Amino acid sequence: MTGVDTGAARGPSLAGRFGIDRSVAIAFGCILLILAGGALYSPAFLSPEYLLQQLQVGAFLGIIASGAMMVILLGHIDLSIPWVVTLGAMMATAMVGWGGAAGVWLCIPFGVFCGAVVGTLNGLGVAYLRLPSMIFTLGMNAVAQGLMVLHTGGFAPLDQATKAMHFIAVQRSLFGIPNALFVWAIVGLFVIYVLRRTAFGRAVYAVGNRESAAYLSGVNTNRVLIGCFAFSGAMAAFAGVLLAGYSNKAYQNMGDSYLLPAIAAVVLGGTNILGGRGNYLGTIAGVILITLLQSILSVMQMPEAGRQVIYGCVIIVMLLIYGRGAKARS
Amino acid sequence: MSHGAMSNARYWLAHNAGVLTAVALFAVMFTLYVSNHSAGLTPAVATTAANKAVLLALVAMAQTLPVLTRGLDLSVGMVFVLANCIASTIVVGSVGTGLLGVAAVLGIGALAGFINGAIVVWGRLQPIITTLATGAVYYGISLFIRPSPGGDVQSDIADLLTGQLFGVVPAALVVLFFIVLVVWIPYRRSILGRAAYAVGSNEQAAYMSGVPVQRAKLLAYTLAGLLASAGGLMLTFNTYSGEASAPIAGAYTLNSIAAVVIGGTSLFGGWGSAIGSIFGAFVLRTIEDLLFVFDLPPLWQPLFQGVVLLFAVSLGAFRILRVRNRLELFT
Repeated sequence: MTGVDTGAARGPSLAGRFGIDRSVAIAFGCILLILAGGALYSPAFLSPEYLLQQLQVGAFLGIIASGAMMVILLGHIDLSIPWVVTLGAMMATAMVGWGGAAGVWLCIPFGVFCGAVVGTLNGLGVAYLRLPSMIFTLGMNAVAQGLMVLHTGGFAPLDQATKAMHFIAVQRSLFGIPNALFVWAIVGLFVIYVLRRTAFGRAVYAVGNRESAAYLSGVNTNRVLIGCFAFSGAMAAFAGVLLAGYSNKAYQNMGDSYLLPAIAAVVLGGTNILGGRGNYLGTIAGVILITLLQSILSVMQMPEAGRQVIYGCVIIVMLLIYGRGAKARS
Repeated sequence: MSHGAMSNARYWLAHNAGVLTAVALFAVMFTLYVSNHSAGLTPAVATTAANKAVLLALVAMAQTLPVLTRGLDLSVGMVFVLANCIASTIVVGSVGTGLLGVAAVLGIGALAGFINGAIVVWGRLQPIITTLATGAVYYGISLFIRPSPGGDVQSDIADLLTGQLFGVVPAALVVLFFIVLVVWIPYRRSILGRAAYAVGSNEQAAYMSGVPVQRAKLLAYTLAGLLASAGGLMLTFNTYSGEASAPIAGAYTLNSIAAVVIGGTSLFGGWGSAIGSIFGAFVLRTIEDLLFVFDLPPLWQPLFQGVVLLFAVSLGAFRILRVRNRLELFT
């Protein structure tokens, strides 16, 4: 393999070529373990219907995690996800009213566009103002929240999902496979293509490893930062649009429960939170793992308290199994 | 003034510029607030303001310590809520048992912090993801202790700590001052406190110089847990009840990071102080009070708050005017 180390095995082994390293293998192993454990509890856990439903629910998280992963690969983090999800949903549903006859067609692109705008602003702040992404995206999250509170309270906008949103998010058209899953697959293939086959993708890993080195090598690092943040914003908003379709409605706080699972999914997939290392297959594993874990705990009627404790412990234990960081020694 | 004293003063100014900016910002905003408040600066107004501000100030102090070591503690808000829930259960009865309960809550907070530190130091996981996960655990425990809001607190202690001293000074400020005096100042002057700054500046170099890196980190996270639980106790004394609220926990965690940044502490570690964070917290709280006295339409308040927050954290961008070499930007 030449070029950037994407975290895969260094030899030309089959596993390495598909990006299966230790952490990805463990994550997939845990998925099987959870399914086996669930099957002991009730055989319904292995039914195709249940699994497809989990994948449908997981698709929303998967789309958000795709964007979050691009930002985490840079060594940054996007904390504006919660309200960008809500913003995407609210702008898309409101566009139906604003756009007149064309509104029904414009609504989904408009929602995604609004998310991309917020993401671009995040990128500009991180790239040109050189502010830590953690704090700048936090500020943008607060601004997006303020805008949405004003929007819902002041203008009484439409908040019903359109037929198209409902169609993409809920219905199944091909072989009973949920449409949302196809959307996630398209997003995922796009991310894999960008990360593996384009100069931009290599630049993402390079910036994540050492931005100054990438800059000295002639990479326009600011462009890479802005591009990834814009993508993250667009994907969060897109997931918001789909979530609005799923629940037929855009409402406040709909994105709150997606920030931590998205970051956890990316990290459980073996992506280094400090950037520069990770591959998309791991993110898929992480998303499925988190979705299954949440689903099984709720099926077992575990109270919220126990769910939180198990959730936290699983993340810690899995990361400890993946291997600990290097010691402070040069 | 001799030349030496001059340069010392200039050095001190440069070193504390972040803190001084936060103090000035707070002074201006608080003056604006008081002069527009219908009652003016009465002890009651000051006490109400102090009681609210001290909560965030304590959590922001807690956040400062891991940040100085170039870490982060995303669980401070959850420890804050956990302490609130536990305090509403065990800080009851007579003054004596109440004080025992206070000690127990502080101990549990320190233990929670120590667990964070142990996973970061011995588990060698990234602080941000470690505390994200332990935060979920602490929140789960709070929910287990207090599934629905309620509980009670020893009212003598609560009234003493949230009232006024000599009828003038808000007692909460005295508590904060006391905590600075017995926790922050000895810590800042101790070997492990200085080691924390060294670790934050350059962990490799600190290790090679024989700085006790591991103990410095452990102590930083443990004290963070202790300070966050002190904040949770004060919350209980204010509300007389406990509530396992995820929004409160999240808001305090996020605002604590903002307060740390406004107070002039670098998120890249090795630079800043808990005193700055206290004033950063005061600034954030006064923003909310200002919105109240200026009678801004409630719908506009979250937007205004967000813009002010974004603007305040963007003040850090002034450093790019000072860099001499573009490569310095990439740190």
